[in-house]
Amino acid sequence: MGAASGAFDGARDDGYGRYDAAARAVGAYAERVAALDGVDELVVVGGGADGGPSGGSGEAPGEVPGGTAATGSGHARAASADLAATVDLLGLPGLLARRAETARLVEDDGVTYGVSRRPGDPADGALSDGSVADGALLDAALLDGTERPVRSTPARWRLDPLPVVLDPVEWQAIEAAVAQRVEVLDLVLTDLYGPRDLLRRGVVPAEVVLGHSEFVRAADQIRLPGPRQLFMAAVDLGRDASGGWTVVSDRTQAPSGAGYAMENRRIVSRVMPGLYRDTRLERLRAFFHTVREGLQEIAPATAEAPRVVLLTPGPGSETAFDQSFLSTLLGYPVVAGSDLVVREGRVFVRAPGRLEPVDVVLRRVDAWFSDPLELRPESRLGVPGLLEAARRGTVSVANTFGAGVLENPGLLPFLPAACEALLGEPLRLPSAPTWWCGDPASRSHVLAHLDRLVVKPISRGVGRTSVFGWELSQARLDALRRRIEANPHAWCAQEQVPLSTAPVVTPHGLEPRRFLLRTFAVAKDGGYRLMTGGLGRVAARAGSTLVSSFSGSPAKDVWVLSPATATVLSIPPARQAPVGLPDLAPVPPVGEVVPSTRAAEDLFWLGRYAERAEDAVRVLRVLDDLAEDWTSRPGTPGNLSLRMLLRTVTRVTTTFPGFTGPGAGRLLDDPRPELLALVVDGTRAGTLAHAVDRTVEAAHAVRDQLSLDTWVVLGSLDRVLDEVRQAARDGVEQPLQPALARMLEGLLALAGLGAESMVRDVGWYFMDAGRRLERALQVAALLRHVLAPADDVPLPTAVEALVLESVLIAGESIITYRRRHQGRPRPGGVVDLLLADRHNPRSVAYQLERFADDLAHLPPETTPAGGAPAGRVEAREALAAVQARLREVDAAEVADPQALTATLAEVHAAITALAASFAQAHFVHAAPQRSLVGTPGWLA
Amino acid sequence: MTPADMAPADMTPADRGRAYRVVHRTEYRYDDEVTASYGRAHLTPRDAPGQWIRASRVDVVPRPHLLAESDDFFGNRSVYVEVHTPHERLEVTATSEIVVDRPAVDLASIDGWTWEQARDTVADWPALPATGDALGLPSEVDPVAAREFLLPSRRVGFGDGVAAFAAGTFVPGRPVGEAVRALVSRIHAEFTYRPGVTSVTTPLRDVLVRREGVCQDFAHLTVACLRHAGLPARYVSGYLETRPPPGQPKLQGADASHAWASVLLPELGWVDVDPTNDRLVDDDYVLTAWGRDYSDVPPLKGVIFTESTKSTLKVAVDVVRI
Repeated sequence: MGAASGAFDGARDDGYGRYDAAARAVGAYAERVAALDGVDELVVVGGGADGGPSGGSGEAPGEVPGGTAATGSGHARAASADLAATVDLLGLPGLLARRAETARLVEDDGVTYGVSRRPGDPADGALSDGSVADGALLDAALLDGTERPVRSTPARWRLDPLPVVLDPVEWQAIEAAVAQRVEVLDLVLTDLYGPRDLLRRGVVPAEVVLGHSEFVRAADQIRLPGPRQLFMAAVDLGRDASGGWTVVSDRTQAPSGAGYAMENRRIVSRVMPGLYRDTRLERLRAFFHTVREGLQEIAPATAEAPRVVLLTPGPGSETAFDQSFLSTLLGYPVVAGSDLVVREGRVFVRAPGRLEPVDVVLRRVDAWFSDPLELRPESRLGVPGLLEAARRGTVSVANTFGAGVLENPGLLPFLPAACEALLGEPLRLPSAPTWWCGDPASRSHVLAHLDRLVVKPISRGVGRTSVFGWELSQARLDALRRRIEANPHAWCAQEQVPLSTAPVVTPHGLEPRRFLLRTFAVAKDGGYRLMTGGLGRVAARAGSTLVSSFSGSPAKDVWVLSPATATVLSIPPARQAPVGLPDLAPVPPVGEVVPSTRAAEDLFWLGRYAERAEDAVRVLRVLDDLAEDWTSRPGTPGNLSLRMLLRTVTRVTTTFPGFTGPGAGRLLDDPRPELLALVVDGTRAGTLAHAVDRTVEAAHAVRDQLSLDTWVVLGSLDRVLDEVRQAARDGVEQPLQPALARMLEGLLALAGLGAESMVRDVGWYFMDAGRRLERALQVAALLRHVLAPADDVPLPTAVEALVLESVLIAGESIITYRRRHQGRPRPGGVVDLLLADRHNPRSVAYQLERFADDLAHLPPETTPAGGAPAGRVEAREALAAVQARLREVDAAEVADPQALTATLAEVHAAITALAASFAQAHFVHAAPQRSLVGTPGWLA
Repeated sequence: MTPADMAPADMTPADRGRAYRVVHRTEYRYDDEVTASYGRAHLTPRDAPGQWIRASRVDVVPRPHLLAESDDFFGNRSVYVEVHTPHERLEVTATSEIVVDRPAVDLASIDGWTWEQARDTVADWPALPATGDALGLPSEVDPVAAREFLLPSRRVGFGDGVAAFAAGTFVPGRPVGEAVRALVSRIHAEFTYRPGVTSVTTPLRDVLVRREGVCQDFAHLTVACLRHAGLPARYVSGYLETRPPPGQPKLQGADASHAWASVLLPELGWVDVDPTNDRLVDDDYVLTAWGRDYSDVPPLKGVIFTESTKSTLKVAVDVVRI
């Protein structure tokens, strides 16, 4: 029969040796990776064809789709029959089409898991587990706010289109059993950070807890308001051959995956619309309302309209998508540790111009990294003083700092007794038979059966991991035995448990894969409520014993059938409406949290980079067009204007040397390679690809604030660039025009989303301010470098006219110009329209008016100490001065080339200074964080 | 209670106790402005058997925005400090008045126990009721705490030569009182006291190789050997009154923080031993805090926000009889 065990860390196994070296090399940043998010990424479901000791497989492969996952009552059979019928109807080509559609939607929605690095990045190869070591570096760069040093590309989420179906009767049993388990875990947690009677009475051996890395002594006696100390838990379940469910692991540190579960549902419901429509199933959304209200419940009693934030390790976190989507579903903002500050024992968000108090923190940063004062001093992911604030009861942090102690597999043998002691009833859900080596009898058993067990340390520390006894040589078994004997309390071992499969669509047809169900429970009204459904995951390969998001395990949507299916007519109408709509009930007021300074800054840069990309596309389109027509006709006015504009584009985009350097002659003769580079070379600042990369990066950092459609658009931009790159690599000569047209479409869509789909809140005004400043700069730069070229050679009239026409096209103002003016374009008219015309939405003057409006909507200019922050006044004065200068520009000035040169240079410089002073005034960064170590200089 | 104020003690010892005033001043200077400082201090002595706190206070310059005292996991007194006034100098001064009156301890009195018997007594605890009197253990000993101090901890591991070193003292059948005494004397004899060669982060491995170090190294080594032998042991920080050479005045600020070990023994309970000076802890000592090792009870640790990359630290301690 097949066998399984709940072993974590497996996927990191092979990486650990190197990981150790990496941890030393990159220090704390790498080391934190292991603990990042507290996500378990890794579930080993042992046995089966992969050579578990018992060998063989519990299930015959290729069973009826849904058959292994849906059993029990008639509803499930009917739904499974529907699923089977759908599968039959689709056939393999249809299923593969659904699979491709699923992948496309995953890409469109920007669903990511983990972060992979580009080859050549410094840490590459050192970390083989695909996790992110540069998250903190990325954070630092985001704070820096200008250019980001590392571009991390998150991997796509993998999802199978076929849902797993559970019938209501079976689900009710799961629900009750999981709720009971979480209740027991809560009581254990409450005891361990309170009276510790379980240890005193010997129900749980003291060493199991005291020797566990997540027993956080600094968190002792900190309590959440209300009866429950374990706010949220995830329980991973597997089903054995007999159909019973077994616990594979408990996730309590900072459970992840609820957002993924919701996203799975969103996608599968679109991929399988008919089946989804015809199946009456429980909705997931209610769970998020429960979480939202549960977070309000645990707020300190003093908070009238509690303000809640989700504390993230950063956009480089493996489960960044999960976090931001969860935040969107909850309606609470995502903040990083550096966004928060503790003052006088209270937690605040650093918001532009002020500090906003926070009452509840939903913690997704691992406990040890969440407060550098009391926990790991090298952490840059936490908030100094957070623990003290929690201790003082001014903020509720969930899950509590010490909750990770419940993930301890060494607790498993003692949980049934704890359940009896605490609840007076038997524990309903079994877990894999586990032996804790601190107990002499258990140790003897483990040492006698070492070659048949999964052996693991009770703590998930860096550099330690699970091992499969049957994979070890005699020498390694002996070494393991010695390690256990040297420190027995730190080890435990588990037997394998059989595990059933679920069918997965593959190019070769349906394949059975080992299946795990992650259930989610949240404290509410004194009890626990479950998500009706969960996050399903299957092994990456047929026969594999490993179910791990790291190793590329696909996810599965989990459908729990509604009991209403059979009895829909007997339900009173009043009960029907609220299904899935619990928000109809009055909801207590919620304190709104304005974006943090960091989020405001990212939105500002999102606006700037998106606009920079758009302006780059417009200029490159014009140039590609000219190059197409005039490259091969040297000496013509067209060719001369092309050369002039090529030099200009290098200056405007600051992609020196480009068309201006010593080697420029060759490039001017054949500009196409350099133009291609200006489109696709993301490593050069100033290129289109660079601006797009930075746009995407900024968007990731404020994911929770953006419309979900944003990802469809950003995904299309990346796709176009990839296609152009691929064609270039394949040596295919192609015009850039079609690609640039598609890029422009995407960037216009992005601008449209910003204009039409975002609430005008503080964050929006920052984003718009970025867009306005950037466009003003780009237009001013273009005018300056065209009309007052550094070369200082007067252009022949015919050339000048062509150049000005191109500028008008790039400035999206050619039609207006032709309507207003007869004949060829002249500098005066162009300057008037693009610089000074307050009614032209492409002009500098117009941008500055909008920018002034944005400024007026930013929060009151007060510091915590009162008074306006430094730099604000200067920014306003600088703005007023530029605007006044633009109003003064007159015909005489424009007609005089020397005066025009001076004016354009002055305006460009003034706007550059304005952008800098705006950033300086609004994005005040805390000074670098440093640790003071304990007093050296000890004497006897 | 506002820790910044002189707080009256809840308990007063008998008149025969010896009274001390301990002033522990720590000064950090930075080469640039620090915009915010967060600190946590274990600088104010705790109540302990044979020791009573008459008064204690912590003063911080610049004036702190918050100064709050709480008890930590081990029952030590711990102070949290926030300063948001920009500063280039931070001074933390702890002033305490303590009365000590420790009963004399006679380790030989328990030599009826071998160290193995003592060890096994401890090992049996979890299966028994909360108090240990049935086994000749003082009733105030918390069995959970006893288990806590048996486990290896961050700075006290069992590898790196500790096991071999411990085995040299804990030979089979040796009376436990004698073994503890021998361990302390041996560390004193075999190791050279030399400030500056080790830091608070020096691993035991290096100390064992170098055979030199300072008080916290010797305390860690003692704790490691005792735990390895199966005897609960904790790290203790505090002060030792120093006396000037005969005929010379005592210099101000010349005293220092000190550290030693405490071991849980049958009949006697927790017994404090000082390997640095090869003696049992008596009324010349003032105890501040205990933990699994130094990292649980550093006198002062902090997080600051600054562009500064350099800081200098000055520590001055005065232990004066009053």
